[in-house]
Amino acid sequence: MSQPNIIITARNLTRKFGDFTAVDNITFEVQKGEIFGFLGANGAGKTTAMRMLCGLLKPTGGEAYVAGFDVKRHSENIKRNIGYMSQRFSLYEDLTVKENMRFYGGIYGMSINAIKEKTALVAEALHLKNEQNTLVQDLPLGWKQKLAFSVAMFHNPPIVFLDEPTGGVDPITRREFWEMIYNAAHAGTTLFVTTHYMDEAEYCNRVSIMVDGRIAAMGTPQQLKETNQAASMEEVFIELARRAVRSE
Amino acid sequence: MKQLFTFIGKEWTHIWRDRRTLLILFGMPLVQMLIFGFALSTEVKNSKVAILDPSKDVATRAIIQRIDASKYFDVTDILRAPQQIEPTFKRGQIKLVIVFPEQFREMLLHTNKAQLQIIADASDPNIGTTITNYANAIIRDYQQELQSGPLPYTINIQTRMLYNPQLESAYNFVPGVMSMILLLVCTMMTSIAIVREKEMGTMEVLLASPLRPALIIISKAIPYLLLSIINISTILLLSYYVLEVPIKGSLPLLLAVSILFIITALSLGLLISTVAANQQIAMFISLISMFLPTLMFSGFMFPIENMPVPLQVISNIVPAKWYYLIVKSIMIKGLGISAIWREVLILTGMSFFLLALSTKKFKIRLA
Repeated sequence: MSQPNIIITARNLTRKFGDFTAVDNITFEVQKGEIFGFLGANGAGKTTAMRMLCGLLKPTGGEAYVAGFDVKRHSENIKRNIGYMSQRFSLYEDLTVKENMRFYGGIYGMSINAIKEKTALVAEALHLKNEQNTLVQDLPLGWKQKLAFSVAMFHNPPIVFLDEPTGGVDPITRREFWEMIYNAAHAGTTLFVTTHYMDEAEYCNRVSIMVDGRIAAMGTPQQLKETNQAASMEEVFIELARRAVRSE
Repeated sequence: MKQLFTFIGKEWTHIWRDRRTLLILFGMPLVQMLIFGFALSTEVKNSKVAILDPSKDVATRAIIQRIDASKYFDVTDILRAPQQIEPTFKRGQIKLVIVFPEQFREMLLHTNKAQLQIIADASDPNIGTTITNYANAIIRDYQQELQSGPLPYTINIQTRMLYNPQLESAYNFVPGVMSMILLLVCTMMTSIAIVREKEMGTMEVLLASPLRPALIIISKAIPYLLLSIINISTILLLSYYVLEVPIKGSLPLLLAVSILFIITALSLGLLISTVAANQQIAMFISLISMFLPTLMFSGFMFPIENMPVPLQVISNIVPAKWYYLIVKSIMIKGLGISAIWREVLILTGMSFFLLALSTKKFKIRLA
């Protein structure tokens, strides 16, 4: 924990499931307010690494600190300081927009007034003012996704983990989604994003590419393209992923 | 505490929005009680009887009249020849034929001995046996009346049916329906409610939040605990006021052991939720592993005493069996805690075991 503006540290972080090493000795740091892209093919170990950082999974080796707390010993404190948006859609379809926000605000211990204020803000920002009492299942997918992100940010956490947030969303909504991510980063939130889309990787401040549980490359998109002599992140990724031994 | 209320509130909204399930939850005990109370019965009433009576005398008429007057039989056919017996049965309406010999009364008076034949349709053996017994009893009754004079050496048997003198089947099924409904609501609905969060992906978000896993489980269980208490009350009110089954023992004790059984059922639901990958599997496991054994091994449908020993041993691990015994003891026999402490202890042990096992499994899934 050398510099004060480093908010996530992983040192030789490892997770084994029996003989299988899902995450193998990864080391990296994420700075405050950064958009950190976490790339990798299916089964490369992205989600396992992310779950360890969120305190959902105990590492079998190495160490990691999130918001200054040890993932092994203080996962409760970490959970209070992060927002999490899972791969699968994470709102309750049979609850209304308002009820979803009230629920997530409530489980993070927000006061009723704070929840009301924030609900009004989110509804305003997403142009959902007239849809507050609509069931989430009746909203279009793009809106649901943006709402899920807003709900993950509802309690103003310093760090938000997004696990493949834009799966199955049209390009326009993806663009709007990334605008929201930029705004959040601008406001000082750190964003840890896993994604499949290589054009999204270009939007990140820094990316790491995982292959077979190890970090194969890390740096700004510009640096990675230069060192691998590639025109786009897509080429960089394919070049690195081709060396993978294990498949899904 | 605030988190707990927020969560329980959310669960209520889920249950409330799903009107179809809600209807099933509250309609089920109602329908089951009415079906078991009015439609299904182990008594066989109004069986159709045919008579072949060549002697047509006072004695045979008296017997026929008694048969016809009883609520179990309706005399619908008078046959003229023995050849008609089989075709009558084959038409399927007649369940019993009574065949008198010629000169029945003469034989009875002069030789002190007369025979008559009862032929029953035993294609359903239970009905066949039951109605034959009814007919026997009616004829025996008549015979005793004839012997009312000072005859030596008669044995009069006085039978008393303890706890259920009218042999009402409601006494048997009310405890059975109670255990089935509780299992259904608690085990199946709880496991489905937890598995749904897993299937929807919301469980991961909940686990990444500061909520403690125990709190998630408690919040899931409490709404179903309340629903079950409402269901028990419905069943007891219906059985008391509509089916007129008395509650002979203490009502608080009955409610207390019911809550104990609810906790056992909830722990089972929790255990199933840790194993099942999706809602269909959870439902399937609940039905196969809970519903069938409860139906077969609780003693509610089939008497455990008549089962082969291995099955009797298996029946001991079915929680409903113990609950059924307890409810019967309290409700029908009016016994107190001193008579049921063993069963209560077994249920408590089962709850602890299941709860420990499922919390352990739940934690393993997280780690």
